[in-house]
Amino acid sequence: MKGEILIKNAKLVDGRGEHGQADLLIGEGHILSLAGGDAPTVLDAAGRVLSPGFFDPHAHLREPGQEVKEDLKSGLTAAARGGYTDVVSMPNTSPVVDSPEVVRALKEKAARIGQARLHPAAALTQGQEGKVLSEARLLREAGAVMLTDDGRTNEDAGVLAQGLQYAASWGLLVSVHAEDAGLRRGGVMHEGEVSFRLGLPGNTGFAEAARIARDLEIVRYVVQGPGALSLEPGRSLLHVQHLSTRRGLELLRQAKQAGLPVSTEVGPHHLTLTDTHLESLNPIYKVAPPLRTQADVEALLKGLLDGTIDCIGTDHAPHTQDEKELDMLRAPFGIPNIEVCWPLLYTELVLKRGFPLPTLLERFTDGPRRLLGFPPIHLREGAEASLVLWSPADERPVEPHTFASKAKYSPWAGWVLRGWPALTLVEGRVVYAQTVQV
Amino acid sequence: MSESATPTFPKHLLDFRDWSRPQVESLLETAQMMQEVLSRPVKKVPALTGFTVATVFFEPSTRTRLSFELAARRMSADVVSFASATSSTTKGETYKDTLRTLDQMGIDAYILRVDAAGVCHQAFGWLQKPIINAGDGWRAHPTQALLDAFTLREKLGSLEGKKIAIVGDILHSRVARSNAELLPMLGASVVACGPATLLPGHLIGASLTTNLKEALSEADAVMVLRLQKERMDKGLLPSLPEYIAGYQVTEERLRWAKPQAPLLHPGPMNRDVELEGSLADTPRSLVERQVANGQAVRMAVLYHLLVGKKS
Repeated sequence: MKGEILIKNAKLVDGRGEHGQADLLIGEGHILSLAGGDAPTVLDAAGRVLSPGFFDPHAHLREPGQEVKEDLKSGLTAAARGGYTDVVSMPNTSPVVDSPEVVRALKEKAARIGQARLHPAAALTQGQEGKVLSEARLLREAGAVMLTDDGRTNEDAGVLAQGLQYAASWGLLVSVHAEDAGLRRGGVMHEGEVSFRLGLPGNTGFAEAARIARDLEIVRYVVQGPGALSLEPGRSLLHVQHLSTRRGLELLRQAKQAGLPVSTEVGPHHLTLTDTHLESLNPIYKVAPPLRTQADVEALLKGLLDGTIDCIGTDHAPHTQDEKELDMLRAPFGIPNIEVCWPLLYTELVLKRGFPLPTLLERFTDGPRRLLGFPPIHLREGAEASLVLWSPADERPVEPHTFASKAKYSPWAGWVLRGWPALTLVEGRVVYAQTVQV
Repeated sequence: MSESATPTFPKHLLDFRDWSRPQVESLLETAQMMQEVLSRPVKKVPALTGFTVATVFFEPSTRTRLSFELAARRMSADVVSFASATSSTTKGETYKDTLRTLDQMGIDAYILRVDAAGVCHQAFGWLQKPIINAGDGWRAHPTQALLDAFTLREKLGSLEGKKIAIVGDILHSRVARSNAELLPMLGASVVACGPATLLPGHLIGASLTTNLKEALSEADAVMVLRLQKERMDKGLLPSLPEYIAGYQVTEERLRWAKPQAPLLHPGPMNRDVELEGSLADTPRSLVERQVANGQAVRMAVLYHLLVGKKS
C-alpha cells in the first residue's frame, strides 16, 4: 500500500485504551493502514506514543482587536506545538465575535495559517451585553460551534433561558462562565485563609457554586418545563466552563446523575496550582475563576476520573507581560497554557499520581469532541489523520521564552515535565515537528 | 566585627513574614536609642550620611510620609519624594516603570506606599534594594505596627500575656493585619472586633469577634481603627449611626477593659465616629505618643536596613 507518511513503531493510545505498537501509514488525510506500507516520508517513532490530536474547547486567541496579546497565527501555532489539532476560540474580543461575517473571516484566516484548526465560539448575546440574542442559525452556518458570553457572566436568568432554548433549537451548545457577579464582588483571588492574610479581595468558591445551582435550575426549566425541547440524546445543552470548586463539582455530578444535559471542563491550572501560590503576590497566578485550595484540586481530579468533568479546557488566556506585571488589583485575569497543558497533566497526573492515561487522553480528545457534536477520532484504519505523536521520555523544563504564544511567561516556568509533543498532524499534514525530531 | 547579640536583618521590611522575634526586639531597642536622639536639643546624627532615601507614595498620605522623611533627615540621609499627585502614574506609567526610572537616580532605599497589596514585594523583585512598606492596600503597614508595639511596651512593659483589642474595620485594615502579625510575636494575644461585614473570615494571629464587650473585656489595651466612610457606599454598613451604636469605643464601654487600659489610634481620627471624641484628650489616650514614637521607630528601621548588619 502507498501513502504519504509512514510512522513506524508508534505505541498507540487513544481515549478507548492502549492498542500496542503499529506502523501507521497515512495518506489522503486519513490513516490508511496500521500494518505499514510505502511512503516517501518515514519516521521512526520508537519510544513515542501516537494519539488522536487534542481538542481544546476553550481558548482565548484574542483576534480580532487584541493582537498585542495573541493572534490567530501565534495562538494556533502554539496550539499545534501543544499537540492540539482543534481549538475553540472565545468570542470576547474587540469587537465581540457575534456576527456570521466575523466567524467566516476568522475561519478563513485560520485555514490560510494552516496550523491547528479553528472552531470559533460566538457570543450568546449581541455584543455579549446580555440583552438581545445573537443569530444562532446564521452563526452556525458560518462555522460557529458554540455560543457563550464568556468573559462576562450571564446575570439575567431569563436571557440565559431564552438563549438555551434558542441555541438548542439550532443544535448549538451554550457555555457559561459560572460565577455570581454579586458574590464574586471585586475578588482577585480565592477567598480564604490566604486572601484574608494577604489583604487581597477574595472571590468565594460559593460564587461559582451559587451560579451553577441557578443555571442547573434554568436547564431543568428548559428541558422539563412547559414547551420543553426534545434534545438529541447524549448532547449537552449547557456547558460549565473552567470548573474550579468542589461544591460546583458536586452540583454537576448530581445534575448529571439526574439526567440533565449538562457538561463541564477543567483547566490545567485548577488541577496543578492552588491559592497558596498567591503568597508570592505575583499576578502571574491571577486568573478567573481563581486558583482554589488543595481540597478543590482533589475533588476536581476525582471528577475528571469519574467523568463528571467531560474534558480539559485550557482557558488559555494570554496577556502581555507588562499587563501581568501590574499589581494584584490591576493585572488582568488569565494564564497562558496551551503549549504546556498536555506535558503538564501527563507529568503531574499520570506519572506522579497514577491517573489512567487513556482516561486523560479521553478528556483531551473524545470528551470535548462529543460535547460539540464532532465524531471521535480513534486509532484505526480509515480514521482522520489528525494526530499527535508525543514523547513520554522527553523530559525538560518549561521554558517560556521558547513559546510560540505571544505570552512568553508561565506559572509553570522551570517545572520539569515529560510527554512533550514531537509531531502534530492535521488531516495528514505536518503542522508541528519538534526540531530534534526525525 | 565581633559576634554580638545583634541578629542579622532581612533586606527589606515588607511585612513580618521574614522577621523573627530577636530581630524585632533588637529593632525596638534601637528605636529606644533613637528616641534619646530625638530628645536632644540638636536632633541629628550622621548615621546615614551619604545615603539617599526615596519616599514613593502612590497613595495620598501626609503624616506617614512626613514621619519617614524626618526620620531619614535626622540621620543625615538625603531624601527625595515622589507622590502620585505630581507623578507620571496618572499618565499611565506602571509601578514597575516608575520605580525603574527612579532607580536610575542612585537611590539606596525606598519607602513605598501603594493602594494594592503586594506591590512592595514586586518592587523588591524588580529593584533588589531595601524596600520599606509604608502601607500596601489592605495588606501591611509594618512601621505602624512597630510603633504601636513600641508605644504599648512603653506603657505596659512586656507584652507577654497581654490582651490587645483592635476595634473597627478589620477586613480592610493593613494596620490590623500587621499588628496581628507582630504583637503575637511579642507575646500578646490579639482580639479583632468589628461588624460582621468588616471582619475577614479568619486572620492568623488574632481571634475575631463581632461582640465588642467580649473584645474589650479585660483588655490591657484598646486600638481603635479609622472608619472609612466609603464602606457605607459599598453596602458594607447600613449607616454611621448604626456603626456608632454597635462599635463606637466610649468611656462607658471602656469600663469593660482593664482599668486605665490605654487607647491607641493610628490616625487620622474621626472623632465621635469610631471613638467618643473626648476620650482622645484623656490621659489614657496614647495617640500623640504614637506619632512621636513613629519617628524613632522609622529611624531604627532605616538604620537597620541601610547600615545594620544584614543577612
